Amino acid sequence: MSAAHITAERPQSQGAFLLTVLAAIFAIVALPLPISEGGSRVGGSSLLLASLLLVVPTTGWPRIVGLRLLLNAVIATAAFGLLLALLSAVEGRAGLGYWAVLTATAFLTVQVMRDLARLTEGRPTPLRRAFSLAVPVVFGLWLLILWECLVRGFGVPPVLLPPPSAIAVTFASSLPTLWADFRQTFLKAVIAGYAMGCGAGFLLALLVDRVPFLKRGLLPVGNLVSALPIVGIAPIMVMWFGFDWPSKAAVVVVMTFFPMLVNTVSGLNAAGAMERDLMRTYAATHTQSLIKLRLPAALPFIFNALKINSTLALIGAIVAEFFGTPIVGMGFRISTEVGRMNIDMVWAEITVAAIAGSLFYGLVALIERTLTFWHPSYRH
Amino acid sequence: MVEAETAASPAASAAPPKAAPAKPAHTGAVIAASDLSLTFQTADGPVQALADIDLAIHRGEFVSLIGPSGCGKTTLLRVIADLEQPTSGEISVNGVSPDAARRERSYGYVFQSAALYPWRTIAKNVALPLEIMGLPKAEQQKRVKKNLELVNLSGFERKFPWQLSGGMQQRASIARALAVEPDLLLMDEPFGALDEIVRDHLNEQLLQLWAKTNKTIVFVTHSIPEAVFLSSKIVVMSPRPGRIYDVIDCGLPRDRGLDIRETPEFLAIAHRVREGLRAGHSYED
Repeated sequence: MSAAHITAERPQSQGAFLLTVLAAIFAIVALPLPISEGGSRVGGSSLLLASLLLVVPTTGWPRIVGLRLLLNAVIATAAFGLLLALLSAVEGRAGLGYWAVLTATAFLTVQVMRDLARLTEGRPTPLRRAFSLAVPVVFGLWLLILWECLVRGFGVPPVLLPPPSAIAVTFASSLPTLWADFRQTFLKAVIAGYAMGCGAGFLLALLVDRVPFLKRGLLPVGNLVSALPIVGIAPIMVMWFGFDWPSKAAVVVVMTFFPMLVNTVSGLNAAGAMERDLMRTYAATHTQSLIKLRLPAALPFIFNALKINSTLALIGAIVAEFFGTPIVGMGFRISTEVGRMNIDMVWAEITVAAIAGSLFYGLVALIERTLTFWHPSYRH
Repeated sequence: MVEAETAASPAASAAPPKAAPAKPAHTGAVIAASDLSLTFQTADGPVQALADIDLAIHRGEFVSLIGPSGCGKTTLLRVIADLEQPTSGEISVNGVSPDAARRERSYGYVFQSAALYPWRTIAKNVALPLEIMGLPKAEQQKRVKKNLELVNLSGFERKFPWQLSGGMQQRASIARALAVEPDLLLMDEPFGALDEIVRDHLNEQLLQLWAKTNKTIVFVTHSIPEAVFLSSKIVVMSPRPGRIYDVIDCGLPRDRGLDIRETPEFLAIAHRVREGLRAGHSYED
């Protein structure tokens, strides 16, 4: 009885114990090691403080998760702060001591994230929701700091991979350019192309559903179009629709149209036989059973396409700008700045694309959740 | 078994005269089928689902179609509902073709499972046929309220189907069929997926409903006690091809409780049904 109880408890506390012990071991190991090649020892610098601090939570103490989390978070933040502050001193020649403390802090951060995730378990409350949002944020920050420390500590050439701080500086100093590019590529080409491509795919799916001949005649053609390579379509669209955003929107239309068509067609067939028979017993018209049964039943499929397309659209618009464009746009900027070896700017554009793409996807997913709350995957 | 057999002859012979006067005026058959056959074309060749069905169901009757799986009882119900088309023969529902009867919304159909739409609340599910019929909002609300009360689901209007138990879902689907206010109710093993206790309870409720509303009910089942308990007439069917083997009139009183299942009359009818099923079944072996 009690043995079973203990084994049930064990993995969590054992994991916490292991992580903090690893953190402490690396912190202690760091003490006699130099922070930079040929430089001073850790013991002689402020890293001493960090390594001593890292020893504190050795046993996963204290037992209360919230308190442990707070303590570990404060220690990890302090340690990361020191590591970042030391970067300019050790630039390109970080020593073993530096890496040992970084490893120790990384272990501690993993423990912080585990505790955060643990606090989100159970019935969702506003606080738990906040914590579950904090997990990816903390993880993202941790990755950025790790990236910064590794790139600068090892002295990786910025052309290969610039540190996030350099990207942030470029980002902040070229906001007007980034905004203009974003407006050109996302607000004009992506939104217009996405709306038209998804809209056309949806409407044609309704038509295909109504006219069986189209299903056999049109779906293979749609399949063919979707198989066309974007690098082949983009220049042709530039010829047809000019250099400005409409040609990019056209590429997005071609890319998003087919996923929407296929998903909607199969979604319209998703309603069960019994549910359809029910509509027949009511002598419902085609339109009535479409609106009251088959479209709601198709929603999960339609949203699947909308989500796939939200990322496809952005990729399509950016790549299309490589094949002729006015001197603005995210794809244009990336292609020209790569040529000028201005990699920071390329990364800044990538950042914009990543943020815009994630928000776009998130928005679609949020709408999906509210409209398909009844679907088994969202019920609670 | 032996006991039932000895009781068989008096009860069975007493049944028909009792059944007839219990009914109000006969205004022709609600459902009349003659020489009805249906052959499905499948990948394995034609399958005869129904053969030479002759059946008359009158107003106010509670008729059970009973038989082993594959005997065509569900198919027959679906033909009545115009969900399948017969290959040959005649059938009329309310004096017109099944297609016309369906367009007049003259029957309510209850399926094997509730088939409630998960994106609609219980009240909205019950209102579904009414929306399709284009009834005014006030009338819709009135009927939803009334029929949910009838199946004891008041207070669950705003719940979603998946928040209810299987028995409650099936009751909601009965309320949905009743909301159309049809004189004819077609039920295809509506309680087949439910456990015995819930099933007994719903059987009792259905019987009360039938007594209260005097609807004509055609009920498909493969449970002998259920068929005998509910019906005024039992149609025993046999498989391959689906035919009517026997038609048994039950003379049990209209306001019967579950206790009646212990009485000799009940057991006698049940015995005759079982004999019919057995005889029909041995045919194929």
